[in-house]
Amino acid sequence: MEFKQWKGFQNGRWQNEINVRDFIQANYTPYEGDASFLAEPTENTKKLWNEVLDLYKKEKDNGGVLAVDAETASTISSHEAGYIDKDIEEIVGLQTDSPLKRAIMPNGGIRIVEKSCEAQGLKVSDKIEDIFHHYRRTHNDGVFAAYTPEIRAARSSHIITGLPDGYGRGRIIGDYRRVALYGVDALIAEKKKELQSLEISTILEETIRDREETTDQIASLEELKVMAGKYGFDISVPAQNAKEAVQWTYFGYLAAIKEQNGAAMSLGRTSTFLDIYFERDIKNGVLTEAQAQEIIDQFVMKLRMVRFLRTPEYDELFSGDPVWVTESIGGMGIDGRTLVTKNSFRILHTLTNLGPAPEPNMTVLWSTRLPKGFKDFCTGLSIKTSSIQYENDDLMREFWGDDYGIACCVSAMRIGKQMQFFGARCNLAKSLLYAINGGRDELTGKQVSPRFEPITSEYLDYDEVMEKFDNIMEWVARVYVNALNIIHYMHDKYAYEKIEMALHDKDILRTMACGIAGLSVVADSLSAIKYAKVKVIRDETGLAVDYKVEGDFPKYGNDDDRVDQIAVDVVKNFMGKLKKQKTYRNSKPTLSILTITSNVVYGKKTGTTPDGRPAGAPFGPGANPLHGRDTHGALAVLNTISKLPYEYSEDGISYTFSIVPGALGKDMETRTENLTSLLDGYFSKRSHHINVNVFDRQLLLDAMDHPEKYPQLTIRVSGYAVNFVKLTREQQLDVINRTIHERV
Amino acid sequence: MKNDAQNPIGNIHSVESFGTVDGPGIRYVIFMQGCPLKCKYCHNRDTWVPNAGYSSTVEDLVSEIKKYRTYITPYGGGVTVSGGEPLLQTKFVTRLFQRLHEENIHTALDTAGSLPIGHEIKDLLTYTDLVLLDIKHINNEKCMELTGAPNTNTLQFATYLSEHSIPMWIRQVIVPGITDDHKDLVELKNFISTLKTVQKVEFLAYHDMGKYKWEKLGISYPLEGVRVATQEDVERAKKITGFN
Repeated sequence: MEFKQWKGFQNGRWQNEINVRDFIQANYTPYEGDASFLAEPTENTKKLWNEVLDLYKKEKDNGGVLAVDAETASTISSHEAGYIDKDIEEIVGLQTDSPLKRAIMPNGGIRIVEKSCEAQGLKVSDKIEDIFHHYRRTHNDGVFAAYTPEIRAARSSHIITGLPDGYGRGRIIGDYRRVALYGVDALIAEKKKELQSLEISTILEETIRDREETTDQIASLEELKVMAGKYGFDISVPAQNAKEAVQWTYFGYLAAIKEQNGAAMSLGRTSTFLDIYFERDIKNGVLTEAQAQEIIDQFVMKLRMVRFLRTPEYDELFSGDPVWVTESIGGMGIDGRTLVTKNSFRILHTLTNLGPAPEPNMTVLWSTRLPKGFKDFCTGLSIKTSSIQYENDDLMREFWGDDYGIACCVSAMRIGKQMQFFGARCNLAKSLLYAINGGRDELTGKQVSPRFEPITSEYLDYDEVMEKFDNIMEWVARVYVNALNIIHYMHDKYAYEKIEMALHDKDILRTMACGIAGLSVVADSLSAIKYAKVKVIRDETGLAVDYKVEGDFPKYGNDDDRVDQIAVDVVKNFMGKLKKQKTYRNSKPTLSILTITSNVVYGKKTGTTPDGRPAGAPFGPGANPLHGRDTHGALAVLNTISKLPYEYSEDGISYTFSIVPGALGKDMETRTENLTSLLDGYFSKRSHHINVNVFDRQLLLDAMDHPEKYPQLTIRVSGYAVNFVKLTREQQLDVINRTIHERV
Repeated sequence: MKNDAQNPIGNIHSVESFGTVDGPGIRYVIFMQGCPLKCKYCHNRDTWVPNAGYSSTVEDLVSEIKKYRTYITPYGGGVTVSGGEPLLQTKFVTRLFQRLHEENIHTALDTAGSLPIGHEIKDLLTYTDLVLLDIKHINNEKCMELTGAPNTNTLQFATYLSEHSIPMWIRQVIVPGITDDHKDLVELKNFISTLKTVQKVEFLAYHDMGKYKWEKLGISYPLEGVRVATQEDVERAKKITGFN
C-alpha cells in the first residue's frame, strides 16, 4: 500500500498489512516531561461546551431524556447529519440528526425498545413494531426461544443475573484507528481477501457463518463511507492530518454506536496513536498546541454526548446512564519505552478544560516505570476530579502485549485481535445459601437447583458446607455457561456487531467473560463458619433463613491470610469449574470480580448470610470488602485485594477506593506524592485495578440534598465513573456508607 | 503469649496501615493503648483506658509491618508509634524500633513527652529517627487546665532531644480560645527558637470528629460549644510564630 497521506511516517510492516501496532511502534514519540506544555480551552471550545451544558440541563429537566427518534430503526447511515453548532465544531458527528436525541435499535430486542419508549411517554412507530414482531426475530426473542426451564429458574431467582439477553452485549472494541490510518477502501479490500480465503472445498456451518459475517462486515464499511459522506468527508482514503485522524477515528466509533446499544461501547487505545499525527503537524508548523488541545477537547465533548435509550430497570442496575466509552491511556511498550505521549496528557487535560465527567471512562495503564511527570499529573487530577481509574500495565502486558485496551471497566483485550462474550455475573453469596438449603431459594423457598440434602445441624460445620458449596458451584457454572452459549449464539445471529467486527482481524481470540458477585460475603461467611460458631435459624419448612454468629472471626479486607486465602481458593475453584464447560465458538472462559454498582441490586435479592450480613444489605462492590469490615486502614485492604490471582480472573478484579482528601496528606503536593506511592506499591504486588475517589463525606451528603449544585460531580464505582446526582438515593447512600477512609 | 525481653508484648489500641499525617511519607501507624494525660480535645478518648486494646508481640507486629514495605520504604515513609502515650510502654516500643532499624525501616515517635526522662526513655530515643513532639500548651497553668498535667516534662523532653541531636517536629493543636492566645504563641515561638533540631512546626486545627468516641463511652464532651478551628486560625498561628 502507498498513500500520499503517509508522507513523513517511518516505513514498516504496517504498510503491507493491517497492523496499527507496528505503525505506532515505528512512529510514536515517547514523552517523559511534565504537564507544563498543556493549553487552555479555546474560546470556541468554551462556547461549544456551554451549549452542551445547556443541552444537559434541558435533558435533566426533561426527566433524563431530551428526545427520542421512535420512527427510525438506527443503522450506520439511517440518520442525516446532526450538529451542535456547525460553525464552531472541530469534530463532527452525532448518533442522530440532533444532539442528545436517542435512537432505537430493535435488533437487540423489540420489547426493551417499546418499554424504553413507554417510559418516555412515547410509542414506537407501527411500522417498526410490525417488522420486529412479525417478520424479523430479535436477539431477545431468539434467546427465549432456546432457554431451558433450568436456566429460566436460575435467572428468575437471581442466582445468575444481569445477563445480556434483552440488551446489546457490548464489550467489543473495534480498532477505530484503522479507519484513520488506512482509509475505508483499504479495509474493504482486506476483508474481500478474507472472504476469498473462505472459498474452501467443504462449506459447513462454521464457514457459512464466517462468510455471512464477512459479507456483512464489508457492507457495513460501505455504509460507514456513506455516513461520513453526509458530513462532507471522503473517508475512503487515509486521514492526512491530525484533525482528520481524530475525525476518521471518531467516525469509526460513531458507526458502532449508531448500530449497537451495547452494555459497554469502549473506544480502545487511541491517544498515543493520534499523537503521531499531532507531532507530525506540529513539526511541520501547521498546528499549534492550542489547536491540538481544541481538537481533543471537542473530540472528548462528542464522547461525552453518547446516549442510548434504556429502560428504568437497566438504569437501576447500572446506576444511571453508562456507556463506558473507555479510553486506555499510557502504559509501557515491550521494548521498554513508555507509551505515554503528549496526547496522553491532552486527553486527560479535558478533565480540567471541560470539568470532571464520567465519560469517556479515563483509564490509565499504570506501570511503576511510567515517567514521574505523568504519574504525578494523573494522581493530581485524580485528587481534583475523581475521574480516573488505574489498571496494572506491568501485569496485563504479560498477558496481552502492549496494544491492548480496556473494554467496559476492567476487561483487557488486544485491539482488533480479540473480543469477548460478555457474561454479566452469577451470585456466589446466594450460591452459598443454596448449598446450605439443598438448592432451595432462601427468599422464596422454591427448589431452584436439582434437589440435594440440605444441612440440618444446628451449627454449621465448615467441611460439610464446603463440600456442598463445591457441588452447587459445579451446577451454577454449568447452567451459567449454557445460558451464555445461547445468548451469544443468538446475538451473533440476530444482532451481529458488523462494523465493530469489520475493524478486527479475521482470526480472533474470543473469551467467555463470566463474573462473580459477593466474593467478600462468601469469604467472610466461610471464615465465620470456620473460626467462629454460626447457628442456623430455620423456618417451619426447614429453610435456613437467618444466622447467629457467636464469637469473632477474621474478616476479608484486613490482610489476614486466614480469610483472604478462602477468597483466593473460591476464585480458583470456580474458575476451574468454568474451564471445564464447553463454550460457544470455542471461546476461552475467563472470570471477573466486578459488580459495577449492581452490588446494591444483588444484595437486595439475597437473604441473610452466615457472616451476619442482613438480608437485602448491599454486597461490597467488585472485590471490595463489605463496608465497615476493614479496620486496618487502606493499605491492609489493598494487600488483601492484591492476593486475588489475575491468572484466575483474567477478565479483571475491580477495587473501589474512596478517601477523604485530608487522609491522603496535608497539602496538595504531599497528597499527590502519597497517591503516586500508593499506586506504585499496590501495582508492584500484581494487583489489577483500582478506582480512586477523593472526596469529603460532607460534600456527598450535600450533593444528595442539592443535586442542582453538583451537575458534574463524578465518582468512581467498581470500574467506571458515574455522575453522582444521577444515582438512585439508595445507591448514593451505599456510596457514602462504603468505606471512605478517613483517619485525620 | 509469653512476655520476654527479646520479644515483649504491647497493648495496642489499633493500627492504621495508611498513615499520611503523622511523619514523612506513607506510614504504618500503631496507636498504643493508655495515656497519662486527660486532654479535653482528645480525639482518641478510647485509648485512655489502660486495660482495653489487644496484645501483640514485637515480632508479630514486625512481620505485620513488613507486609507494607513496598509502600513504605521506597518513598521515605516508615512506622510511627502514637497513642495514647507510647512512653507508657517504653520497653515494648524500644524493642520494636530496634527491630525496625534492623529492617532498615524509619521510626517516628508521636508523643507528648509527658513522662520524666529516665534511662529507659533515653534508650528508646537512640532507636528513634524522628520525634513528633506534641506541646499541648506553652503556659504551664493553662496546660494543667487543658490536660490535667504540667508541661514541665514535655519542655525538658524537647531540650533533651535538642541536646542529643535528635530530629523533631513540634506540633500544637490550635483550639480557638484555648491555645491560640497571641502571647502564648509568641512564648511558644521563643521556646522553640532555643531548640536546635526542630525540622518542622505543625499547627493542627482542632476538630470534634473524636466526639462520638466520648459519647460512646457515656462521658460528656468537655469542649462542648467550643468551635472547631478553621484554616484561618491555623494561618494566624503560623503568622504569629513565623513558622510555615
